[in-house]
Amino acid sequence: MNAVNASPVSGIRKYATYFRIRFTSGLQYRAAAAAGVATQFAWGFLTVLLYKAFWEADPASFPMGIAQVTSYLWLRQAFLAMFNSWTVDNTILSDITGGNIAYELIRPMNLYALWYTKNISMRAANVTLRFLPVLIVASLVPAPYGMGLPADVPAALGFVLTMILGALVTCAMVMFIYIFTFFTMQPMGVRMVFNAVTEFCSGDLVPLPFFPPALAAFLEYTPFASMANVPFRIYSGHIAGWDILRCAGLQLFWLAVLVFLGCLMMKKALKRAVIQGG
Amino acid sequence: MKLYLHYLSIHLRAQMQYKTSFLLTVLGQFVGSFTFLLSILFLMNRFHTIRGFTTAQVLLCFGVVLMAFSIAECFFRGFDSFAGTISGGQFDRILVRPRSEVLLTLCSKAELSRIGRFAQAALVFAYAIPSSGVHWTWDKILTLIFMVVSGVALFSGLFVIYAAICFFTTEGLEFMNIFTDGGREFGSYPIAVYGERVLKFFTFVVPLALVQYYPFLYLVDQAEHRWYALTPLAAWLFLIPCAILWKVGLRHYKSTGS
Repeated sequence: MNAVNASPVSGIRKYATYFRIRFTSGLQYRAAAAAGVATQFAWGFLTVLLYKAFWEADPASFPMGIAQVTSYLWLRQAFLAMFNSWTVDNTILSDITGGNIAYELIRPMNLYALWYTKNISMRAANVTLRFLPVLIVASLVPAPYGMGLPADVPAALGFVLTMILGALVTCAMVMFIYIFTFFTMQPMGVRMVFNAVTEFCSGDLVPLPFFPPALAAFLEYTPFASMANVPFRIYSGHIAGWDILRCAGLQLFWLAVLVFLGCLMMKKALKRAVIQGG
Repeated sequence: MKLYLHYLSIHLRAQMQYKTSFLLTVLGQFVGSFTFLLSILFLMNRFHTIRGFTTAQVLLCFGVVLMAFSIAECFFRGFDSFAGTISGGQFDRILVRPRSEVLLTLCSKAELSRIGRFAQAALVFAYAIPSSGVHWTWDKILTLIFMVVSGVALFSGLFVIYAAICFFTTEGLEFMNIFTDGGREFGSYPIAVYGERVLKFFTFVVPLALVQYYPFLYLVDQAEHRWYALTPLAAWLFLIPCAILWKVGLRHYKSTGS
């Protein structure tokens, strides 16, 4: 297109720089993060108490150990800023509906990659500020209701690997909200349905092992399960051995498919895009 | 009141101008609480009871809280989005008008798409009321109505606190979500499920248990005293500190100037 895009290295460096800028500016919102940490801890605490009540009612019906469930729940709270499906960059939405997208389009950058970087950097900054305090406090809660250590070394390594992949898949998923907005111009309704379905199918409301077996088995193969579900269950050893690699492979597969579909739809959307306003 | 109804009809007509968007939002509300309902059903199907309560009984709780929340959110939306009103400077406009600030804030917004959540709650009631094993007499029906109405008062009070805090911080405090959205989600189960200390908190600090747990015990004939049926009325006391906080906040208000 032009000289800036000449070499692939400088192409990637652009996005890396953009990531760094957005990441450091995201780190500035510390008061918001403190409020978030308190909320997430209180929320996690009540959720753990709920599962404790179920555990006391009927431990035999638990699909995973109580310590595995609680570490899942605490991880979910700690990494909420990374994996939730409802955080979107409102400036992007208002750019689309307000017409400012024209400025984004004249930049010598790929719009999909630009927005993807914007999202991942925002999420990375938010989660960096939040996850440690939640995990530290949660680890002080007495066992088995507190946060434990990873099951073993492969679990710890698998957790880190699938967590990164899961974050990438989550972002690729969220990109569709922006793309849909091109077509509807009214983000609210679509977004709410999208969020509700994603939240539910990804095991955010209830961990997937608690679903009816047939439905859970089906959802394992969908991109929803490739988000937070995989790393959180690897951590406690609920997914172990070769299954770790199988899940990571599935994550890679979905990441590729989602990014490909996203780019394709975005191209289509831009072809018929009307710049709103003056 | 007349003024409020007038504003309400304006909001209704305004939202009806964008029918597709309105319907999609209603659908979104419905799907959102439907997936939550499903998650309760999945858990209850697996474990059958929680602290001795059956699925239909839990759903009765879920219905009360969801209905109260959806009504409160529909009409008190102006308080829920108060941070924007302050930081955008629109509150100055409210102050110069010759009516009470509370009334005008109430009038500033009404989110009628909450009917999606309301419909869900009504459907859950339609299932839970006959199958919860409650022997319905007139006093129990009255108790159920008290529960919903007082629940609306409680959630409205929480929205007012949320708004009043904005006087000091200019932005909404995320922590309040644990009481509003959290109250809705965790209030889906009888509060005692979370243990003694949480029950005490939700009795004496944020009286969610007064509209949900104690009268509920009366409905399912597990109440120790008959007056448990009247506890929802005590929840109205919660509105006093809410009103005081609002007044204090109002005095503290400084315009953001924009």
